[in-house]
Amino acid sequence: MSKGQTSSSVTLRPFLEDQEDSLHLIIASGFPAISIADCYKDFLLSQRDNAYLCKAELCGAAVSSGHSNNREITSWMEQMVKDHPDVVTVVKYGKTYESRDISLLKIGLNTGKEKKAIWMDCGIHAREWIAPAFCQYFVREILQTYKTDAKMEEMMKNVDFYVTPVLNIDGYIYTWENETTRLWRKNRSPGPEDCACYGTDLNRNFDASWGTIGVSFNCCSKFYPGSKAMSELEIKAVTNFVGSRKDSFLCFLSIHSYGQMLLIPYGHPNYTAPNYDELMMVGQGATEAMWKVHQTNYTVGTPPDVLYPISGSATDWARMQGIPLTYTFELRDNGRYRFELPEDQIQPTCEEAYRGVLYIVTYTHDKTFNGAVANTAVTLSGILLAAGVTGATLR
Amino acid sequence: MRLVVVLAVLMGVSGIPDVTISPPTASADTSAHPNSIPETADESEQIEAQTEEGAEEDVMATGELNPNHYPARRAAQVVQHYLNTRYGSPFRLIGVQTVHSGNAEDVTDSRRKYQLELSVNDIISNTTQTCSAELSFTKGKGQQPPEVKASCEELLKIDIKAQEEALYQKYKTSQTLMSAQYLPDSHGHIKPDMEPFWHLGILASSFIMLNESTENTLYNVAQVANITQLTTEEDHLEFDCHTLLHEMVSQEIIHWKMLFTWSPAEGVKVLQMKRLPHRHEREKSPKTN
Repeated sequence: MSKGQTSSSVTLRPFLEDQEDSLHLIIASGFPAISIADCYKDFLLSQRDNAYLCKAELCGAAVSSGHSNNREITSWMEQMVKDHPDVVTVVKYGKTYESRDISLLKIGLNTGKEKKAIWMDCGIHAREWIAPAFCQYFVREILQTYKTDAKMEEMMKNVDFYVTPVLNIDGYIYTWENETTRLWRKNRSPGPEDCACYGTDLNRNFDASWGTIGVSFNCCSKFYPGSKAMSELEIKAVTNFVGSRKDSFLCFLSIHSYGQMLLIPYGHPNYTAPNYDELMMVGQGATEAMWKVHQTNYTVGTPPDVLYPISGSATDWARMQGIPLTYTFELRDNGRYRFELPEDQIQPTCEEAYRGVLYIVTYTHDKTFNGAVANTAVTLSGILLAAGVTGATLR
Repeated sequence: MRLVVVLAVLMGVSGIPDVTISPPTASADTSAHPNSIPETADESEQIEAQTEEGAEEDVMATGELNPNHYPARRAAQVVQHYLNTRYGSPFRLIGVQTVHSGNAEDVTDSRRKYQLELSVNDIISNTTQTCSAELSFTKGKGQQPPEVKASCEELLKIDIKAQEEALYQKYKTSQTLMSAQYLPDSHGHIKPDMEPFWHLGILASSFIMLNESTENTLYNVAQVANITQLTTEEDHLEFDCHTLLHEMVSQEIIHWKMLFTWSPAEGVKVLQMKRLPHRHEREKSPKTN
């Protein structure tokens, strides 16, 4: 065992068939060494992916607890497909600047029919590590739940979930290099020739009032929006994929940190979404559902109200495409740790965020498939057991 | 606890001569800093980033404030920094929990006043208190640090003297000087015996964050990159410290170096602080896979 090693962990699964109980994994720095057997025992006994809760970087089923580096995430995606071949496929839909494949997991029951869709992207901003962790959690959770929960099974029949665990792969990998790169935000494309700095803020590069506010054309700025709208390969990829299917998307969610907010369109202060009231109402329901899990407060509102004005963002673009419910989640924390959220907060953050996402997804699903919206309150109360949402006034 | 700030601002990078400030009187609630810190190119850039379209930032929220919206939130953060300079300790760290209500008004052409009702909590003991606060921001040329008045005496009720004394004695009498890096590390991990030094780094940074705050900033400490104990004959511990501040509105990570002292009797005193140059010149390095 070599403590202090910062390279990626070794996938557990191939070892288990061959190794003795006393084998120890080489794990990332900062973690105590534990025996694989202890970890895997938990996994087997629990019948769930409790390896997620293990202290070791990797523990069973190629799942990592703590934050996963990009190679781990790629392996994990392949493992999800292997474990759930009837509902999960990997779709490569673009390339990053450094020529890495951008992939998503498409999750849904195969009905042979054209289906509606839910979009989730994580890791547009490289340093927000809790976001990719949440995408992984979300995928595992719905794959666990649909087999036993009738509501989730129904949703998996009617919609496909498209989940991109890491969109800004180059930036994410860069933040894993060493402590001095940990707080990188943008992607890794070089700036214009006359500028010394790398990186475009991908969440300013969408073709949605691009370059009008909340940006700086100094390419060293954290808000540099690129040389033009959709100049970045990563954004071209999302735009092409979602844009060519926009009529099937009911919901577009983008996961970030930190600040504990649920942001609704538009980021530009001069525009109001036509369904602003609905977005606020559903957003408030989602944050109430989140609060019930661990009493964490999240604030709902537009960026110009609760944060700062923005242009060229993913959710603004999605809303302009006509996707009715679009949200940006800013996850924990708002206290001590900021971007460097400790491992023991990953699980509770993901649990509460899951309830928020589920609220929004369930609302949009029921609105589309279950007819009158008046039914939704009853449906929601029934399924959101942990959240126990009540009192939501729905129109 | 009396916290007296002695500031010698060194702007070696831009060639501004040293400015030495006499300590304010102990009875003052605010750390008044009559020096003005000249804008660096970075600061201009930050302001530019948010005022490309100009008008929105000039029209500041006035009257009753929505407690969920950013003007109240930013003002509350300034109160947090102030409270940490006044009440903070390695064993007491204050955070804003909720803003209940707020009010803002233009006092003069260049001064705006805020009143806030907010709940703050001691993150370590998890005790919460509701406080009232008044802040005054100046804007335009010759921008001064904000003035804050807030009293949250309930936060002092938890007795931490024994822990402070133990920490002080341990490191005063130790044969070796402590040094720690990256608090927290990339994974949010901090060794438990290093937590007091993480908190000290945050407290010392609170003086800077208070100084630097405007209505258009929201400062947090992203990381204490390095904190190193220095030898001293005096009745305090002395530290050299490098922290990374995260400024939310510009999303910038700003590096500051500080020299500060701490003792249970006197709390934190910042002796020197220096903003480190933006690392632009190091940003275009060979790409690595």
